[in-house]
Amino acid sequence: MSGIEGKLSSSSSELDLDRPNIEDYLPSGSSIHEPRGKLRLRDLLDISPTLTEAAGAIVDDSFTRCFKSNPPEPWNWNVYLFPLWCFGVAIRYLVLFPVRVIVLTIGWILFLSSVIPVHFLLKGHDKLREKMERFLVELLCSFFVASWTGVVKYHGPRPSMRPKQVFVANHTSMIDFIILEQMTPFAVIMQKHPGWVGLIQSTILESVGCIWFNRSEAKDREIVAKKLRDHIQGVDNNPLLIFPEGTCVNNQYSVMFKKGAFELGCTVCPIAIKYNKIFVDAFWNSRKQSFTMHLLQLMTSWAVVCDVWYLEPQNLKPGETPIEFAERVRDIISVRAGLKKVPWDGYLKYSRPSPKHTERKQQSFAESVLRRLEEK
Amino acid sequence: MGNTSSMLTQYDIEEVQQHCNNAFSQQEILSLYDRFCQLDRNGGGFISAEEFLSVPEFAVNPLSQRLLRMLDGLNFKEFVAFLSAFSPRATLQHKIEFIFKVYDSDGNGKVTFNDMLDVLHDLTGQFISEQPREQVLTQVLEEAGYTKESLLVMSDFVKILGSSGLKMEVEVPVD
Repeated sequence: MSGIEGKLSSSSSELDLDRPNIEDYLPSGSSIHEPRGKLRLRDLLDISPTLTEAAGAIVDDSFTRCFKSNPPEPWNWNVYLFPLWCFGVAIRYLVLFPVRVIVLTIGWILFLSSVIPVHFLLKGHDKLREKMERFLVELLCSFFVASWTGVVKYHGPRPSMRPKQVFVANHTSMIDFIILEQMTPFAVIMQKHPGWVGLIQSTILESVGCIWFNRSEAKDREIVAKKLRDHIQGVDNNPLLIFPEGTCVNNQYSVMFKKGAFELGCTVCPIAIKYNKIFVDAFWNSRKQSFTMHLLQLMTSWAVVCDVWYLEPQNLKPGETPIEFAERVRDIISVRAGLKKVPWDGYLKYSRPSPKHTERKQQSFAESVLRRLEEK
Repeated sequence: MGNTSSMLTQYDIEEVQQHCNNAFSQQEILSLYDRFCQLDRNGGGFISAEEFLSVPEFAVNPLSQRLLRMLDGLNFKEFVAFLSAFSPRATLQHKIEFIFKVYDSDGNGKVTFNDMLDVLHDLTGQFISEQPREQVLTQVLEEAGYTKESLLVMSDFVKILGSSGLKMEVEVPVD
């Protein structure tokens, strides 16, 4: 959240081009009630519609709802259930957690002891080296998934390695990537993180061809768009996985998809991911906890249960704009994963909405005032 | 963060209810408390302007800056009192008082031509320039029997707005 206080991020004007008309989604109070007859003093003084909208937003708004973690209902509320719950906690923390840590450690040891030799010894044999590194990354992801007792049900045909296709999925946590990666060696486009995550990003994930971006840099967009295009052209590159929401959402809603993935001129294969909340809430609320804490939380829960659907590949329809294409694919994914759609750009987490929206309201009111002034 | 409404005692809820003249039910006050804590991210006991503006639906409202001046530094009890004007149980008088307070930015009980001009400017932005804006306001004022120099008080607002069937209500979601 640093450095953004009180000023619009410079990329916000570009964000506008990314989204369809928000007015279509906002509650009907967004237009001042149909004006009738000659303009009177009370029409100017009566600001109740605008005030009602503001108060409505203060009391509840669809954007904040997308990022609300919903802790499960506590069930340990009586004298019989409470000891049972304590017993459960003991098992989770004292038995499951150490076992999982061991499993994860074994996975890392296996991985590092294989990937380092492979990386150096096979320097001349690039193709073979890449294949081995891909396999090892997939293996490491499987260990990660096992370390949360991940029970993943994959539906639909497995992605095939073809050129000119990208994969898009809804985003709940960084573990989305790990869950998908254990099946298929995707190259993913991700926000560059600090700390140990960033270290992994720069070393291991480089080998599967990942692309990094930095949300807070406006110029970054063009650089990233170019990297995307280059990646698609490369025949040998791993299929590209993109999370068009651009940020983690709580798996009950979906925010608007950025059009970047939809104007690359290739087939878009949607993937829907839905986590089962009964066991753990897999939403990574990056404002509330670090990724390390998030992983620890997962490792001390019973299981991470989720469904992954590989959906039918989509192409840009004739006469469809990339924004409409993005919305159509978002619709497909949201229906499959049972997500409610909201008309907000995920990046509004980090920056203010563009003044254009306020201006539209002002313009509509101004026009109605001037028009009614003329009436008799 | 767990169940934050457990931090409000029955006594607290009743105190807040009294302060807002029973505009909200106890359930609604609990919901509003959850919402208050959700918006008050740094836990300072009040919601800062930044935190309000992080709600995009609020940030795009033309009167957001005016309202922020009224919302600045409010604790939970005052926050509920602020919102009580929007309760279905609020009287018409209360609602008109709220509107009056939005106009009367210096709080002296009198709304001047400039106060009304400022609000009109907020609502119409750059789409009506200064001269036409003044002309429009002057014209409707004179037609209603006032002048540019008139200072409107609460009873004037009641007279002007009282008959127009003011609709100013929000629903507090209660789960």
